[in-house]
Amino acid sequence: MLARTEPINGTAKPKPVSSPMNNFKSDLLNSFSLKSLKLKTKQQELLIRVSILCLVYVLAFITRLFSVLRYESMIHEFDPYFNYRTTLFLTQKGFYDFWNWFDSESWYPLGRIIGGTLYPGLMVTAAIIYWTLRFLRFAVHIREVCVLTAPFFASNTTIVAYFFGKEIWDSGAGLVAAALIAICPGYISRSVAGSYDNEGVAIFALLWTFYLFVKAVNTGSLAWALASAFGYFYMVSAWGGYVFIINLIPLYVMVLLITGRYSLRLYVAYNCMYVLGMLLAMQIRFVGFQHVQSGEHMAAMGVFFLMQVFYFLDWVKYLLNDAKLFQVFLRITVTFTVGVGAIALGVGTASGYISPWTGRFYSLLDPTYAKDHIPIIASVSEHQPTAWSSFMFDFHILLFLFPAGLYFCFKRLSDATIFIVMYGLTSMYFAGVMVRLILVATPAVCLISAIAVSATIKNLTLLLRAKNKVAQTASAKGIGSAKSSSKGLLDQSQPFHRNGAIALLLGAFYLLSKYAMHCTWVTSEAYSSPSIVLAARGAHGNRVIFDDYREAYFWLRQNTPPDAKVMSWWDYGYQITAMGNRTVIVDNNTWNNTHIATVGCAMSSYEDEAYEIMRSLDVDYVLVVFGGVTGYSSDDINKFLWMVRIGGGVFPVIKEPDYLVNGEYRVDKGASPKMLNCLMYDRARGVEIGNKDVKLEYLEEAFTTSNWIVRIYKVKPPNNRW
Amino acid sequence: MGFWLRFNLLVFTIAILSTPVLSDLILSKVDRRIDLTSQIVRITSTLKVENAGSGLVSEVLLAFQSFRLKIWYLMATTNEGKGKTKSAGVSLPVEIANPKGMPPALTVYSVSLSKALGEGDTMSLDVLAVFTHTLKPFPEKITQADIQLVLFQDSAYYLSPYAVKFQSLSIKLPDARIESYTKIENTKIHGSEIKYGPYENLHPFSYSPLVVHFEINQPFAVAQELVREIEVSHWGNVQVTEHYNIVHEGAKSEGEFSRLEYQARPHIRGSSAIRHFVAKLPPRAHSIIIGMKLGIYQHLICGLILKELLIEPRYPMFGGWRTAFIIGYSLPLQDFLFELEGKRFLNISFASPINDLVIDNLVVKVVLPEGSRDLSVSTPFPVKQRQESKISHLDVVGRPVIVLEKADVVPEHNQYFQIHYSFNKLSMLREPFMLISGFFFLFVACIVYVHVDLSISKSSASYLAKLQWDEVRATIQQVESIINQCLATHEKIEASLRDLSRIGDVQACKTTRKTADGLLKEHSKELKPLLAFLQSSPAAANILPKVEELVAKERELQERWMAKHSIIVDCYEKKLGGREIENRVAPQQQKVVALRQEVEDLLEYIDEI
Repeated sequence: MLARTEPINGTAKPKPVSSPMNNFKSDLLNSFSLKSLKLKTKQQELLIRVSILCLVYVLAFITRLFSVLRYESMIHEFDPYFNYRTTLFLTQKGFYDFWNWFDSESWYPLGRIIGGTLYPGLMVTAAIIYWTLRFLRFAVHIREVCVLTAPFFASNTTIVAYFFGKEIWDSGAGLVAAALIAICPGYISRSVAGSYDNEGVAIFALLWTFYLFVKAVNTGSLAWALASAFGYFYMVSAWGGYVFIINLIPLYVMVLLITGRYSLRLYVAYNCMYVLGMLLAMQIRFVGFQHVQSGEHMAAMGVFFLMQVFYFLDWVKYLLNDAKLFQVFLRITVTFTVGVGAIALGVGTASGYISPWTGRFYSLLDPTYAKDHIPIIASVSEHQPTAWSSFMFDFHILLFLFPAGLYFCFKRLSDATIFIVMYGLTSMYFAGVMVRLILVATPAVCLISAIAVSATIKNLTLLLRAKNKVAQTASAKGIGSAKSSSKGLLDQSQPFHRNGAIALLLGAFYLLSKYAMHCTWVTSEAYSSPSIVLAARGAHGNRVIFDDYREAYFWLRQNTPPDAKVMSWWDYGYQITAMGNRTVIVDNNTWNNTHIATVGCAMSSYEDEAYEIMRSLDVDYVLVVFGGVTGYSSDDINKFLWMVRIGGGVFPVIKEPDYLVNGEYRVDKGASPKMLNCLMYDRARGVEIGNKDVKLEYLEEAFTTSNWIVRIYKVKPPNNRW
Repeated sequence: MGFWLRFNLLVFTIAILSTPVLSDLILSKVDRRIDLTSQIVRITSTLKVENAGSGLVSEVLLAFQSFRLKIWYLMATTNEGKGKTKSAGVSLPVEIANPKGMPPALTVYSVSLSKALGEGDTMSLDVLAVFTHTLKPFPEKITQADIQLVLFQDSAYYLSPYAVKFQSLSIKLPDARIESYTKIENTKIHGSEIKYGPYENLHPFSYSPLVVHFEINQPFAVAQELVREIEVSHWGNVQVTEHYNIVHEGAKSEGEFSRLEYQARPHIRGSSAIRHFVAKLPPRAHSIIIGMKLGIYQHLICGLILKELLIEPRYPMFGGWRTAFIIGYSLPLQDFLFELEGKRFLNISFASPINDLVIDNLVVKVVLPEGSRDLSVSTPFPVKQRQESKISHLDVVGRPVIVLEKADVVPEHNQYFQIHYSFNKLSMLREPFMLISGFFFLFVACIVYVHVDLSISKSSASYLAKLQWDEVRATIQQVESIINQCLATHEKIEASLRDLSRIGDVQACKTTRKTADGLLKEHSKELKPLLAFLQSSPAAANILPKVEELVAKERELQERWMAKHSIIVDCYEKKLGGREIENRVAPQQQKVVALRQEVEDLLEYIDEI
């Protein structure tokens, strides 16, 4: 707890020597450490700032280690298992094999071209860290590197947040931002140890790119713009969320143009960043020519051309001294440009050269789109619209500090603050549309809140400090002197000013400490469970661990033929390939909707129909998740409706109403007849409620884990004909 | 099965009929005990050998049926001593022999006696033969609910190239059902023990097939591969890590596995499954880790007693199922590493600590510390040997690793083996030293980075401005330090004034004043060039007024101090009263305090730039 509160204290003292908030503490500090070292105020400040940053760095790392301490160093969730598997491949076979890897173990019988369908940034990063450590003769295992990559990058993000805060406001705000982002649950949810996912690296890359771009706009320096292009390249290589950058930056430039803040600095920064960033991004195979062809990237290109027009107009204006003539010229040029742009876009779209927006992009702009058109996107819980409670859960006081910070930003409007305001507002909107995008909003919210905290506390402490000084000098002199009021803007007529300031400071301190406690609690309770291992409280309050998934995957790995094909719902695909080392029919890379629908169809048909489908897919084993015994809620029967919807989306034989009773979804005795007879039901609720004595004709139970969570069935070979 | 037996029998009879009697030895008494209580079959035979012919005989031949796979372990000991001085048994060298005229269905081993047998001499010989993979599950596939039945075949008569006068055989079975057994003359059954014999005066190569069909629910655990890594650290630890890859080689499981039935009646519905393994670790083992692959690692911390470790696999293992896990433990170095004639040797056991485990392929890797030389191995039985190297934390060239490989290992192989090597104690300090120097160079690099000018262009405007600004800052710092010195001098004057009021020594006060005057003058002299520099430098333009103000205030303060000082000294010389002095000084005092405050404020302000 000590380490936790310290940076929060630190947030209140950008120039902490004189911060009265912990007056006695700093006095104490001064009296025996700093004064005795004879450091100058400036050096003292530097020392304190650096040590706070170091503490925040360490804090951001260790607060994410709950799960390692509680369970062990292992990979969490679903996608990270794929990332881990590919990283393992990369470290064993080298980069070129990785790049050309055709994976036949997933999407049977289609297979998947791994090198061309993933963002390699994460794997390459982990592999480089691994190779570096190996080179330095630290014999670490690649798994440990993968587990700790996300916390390591979270720590780096705090440093970037500090510099970003310093760039847009001052170093005090930077420190507060670093401390806030270090423990913000919205970020921790995706960066605990073991959550080896793209986001862990990508948030760092995102903030880094933004920071460099703002720096480039502020300085107009080519070097910074170049650096931000490379930051963008790293982001593109790491996460599909780069689309956010390539749309936000043009939007920001557009806003600057409209508000009349066009400058040569902006021109240099944007052009350099866009052109180089585009060229670099196209090197990633998964992106390739999409960067110039797809609808999502067109805004950036449009703004790029607009910048040239602006530059041209500026130049013409400089040549032409006649204002009237320039007006005419302006009108002609603008009409012409807009016309050409519109025609180009129209022709491009019509000829198919420019691809239209993808479904995911649409669903961001229109939250109801996915539900109607693409059930597979809507079926993922992290793609649901965000509830208010989860905003509160992930941001806590930042939710209230955010508008305050916006106020401060508007009060001191500059290129940099405009950027952070736009980043904050747009990402907040997206966070409202999709739960997982809270992650993208988190850095912005932290930065803006940090501005609010820092500015408020700074004002308050200034007030207090002035008073203190007066009191000091007055007491030293013995007589109050009018001269001493030269520094503080003292208003003698408000006697409660000082007390008010102290009360507010205490209040701020209280809120911040509450925030720290909330974050710790959330991290420990909600975000540090690896989902593959379930923990529950036993009857005596002790911790019971259900390790059924790995038990089942291990069984698959050991006791099935190496070429066995396993059918399961797509959630478990990555884990089965990574841990069970067996071929799966569908997995979490949901690129082929029909294939998934086939599986959904098999799961939701009668056993004999399902058997036909399974025969046609050459399935040997079927894996289902069953929570009936342990009361585990996210089992396959709860996902069942989605199987029906996705299956029904492609195969009209499957109709959702068949599975509902009076529009209600029931699994007990009152369940609908079709439901009771379908394959999925048989297998998931085999010995439970509703339909008890199930005899399976075409399948046999091959293995059930000790807590009944995972059940594996073997598909019997067809009967002999005679 | 029956066909196979009959076929074998046929081969045998043919073979036996065509074999001549080999030598003049006679076995006067043979007592055989076959232990079938686990998957490892142990046959202990006590032979009384008699030399009935003339001439010395220095080797005894032992015959085994070779269709029954190879013998995994064979040891012959003799109890040579007579009467009371019976020694505990000396093991004799045993090797495979191929005497001429032996039937091909037999594998023959020869035991070399330490002392040749003369005419009419007798001696007794204990032979322990260990077999695995000999109990054949029958039926070969069972369901979860079935019990596991196995077949065991042997000969009821002792198979030997020598004539046997008197023999008996007892077979010990586990406490369970006996399905059937071969009944010939003199067969008795006592609970779980079957006795054959005694039979007398049998010819060489007498053979009578014997089949026992019985229930056995002992685990048929076979480690297809076991890699043991023994890592020696001279800092006081021997770390043993064992990677098991185990398969249940009993009757294959068929049909479905029902967890419901298994959980409801685990001993009936799943009696053939392996539920756990028991390992007996060496004494003083600590920091024990059991790691299931893809699973929870358990860290156990135990006391210093002989331990039995119960290892539960992830799932009950039915016939044909596999599992894999890791056991790791640490041992104290002094129990296993000894020094002999300047060389060190490691004395550690060879096989696995798990009870009743058959190992198809055992690889023992001994990792010695980096810098070990002159390695040599001595083992009680022949093993395959090679060397490799392993790079672990902070290794430069890698640690030497001795790899010992042996196929077909049974618990009887769990004997000590030795590795001799020499090692220089100083090498132990290498790794700490590497770490220290690593950090040292890191800090040095930081210092160098901070202090070295790394800019590329030395003539660009910004670089020059930066240089100038650095200079200005240095000058300002100098100014500040001079002002601070002045302030210190002022304090000295103040102190002398206080002394004056206490002691009244006017003269001392005056001398202090003089030295202070000198100091202050020097300081003002030093200040002049600095100020001049600041005035000339364009970079200092915005800070200059403040600095000038500071200097001016300081000068004023100086004057005030001097004035105050001379007033007080004056007063003392005139011997005025305390109140009078205070009155006179008061205006000066006020100004001094005010000025001092201002100077400090200014200093702070300049500091913050």
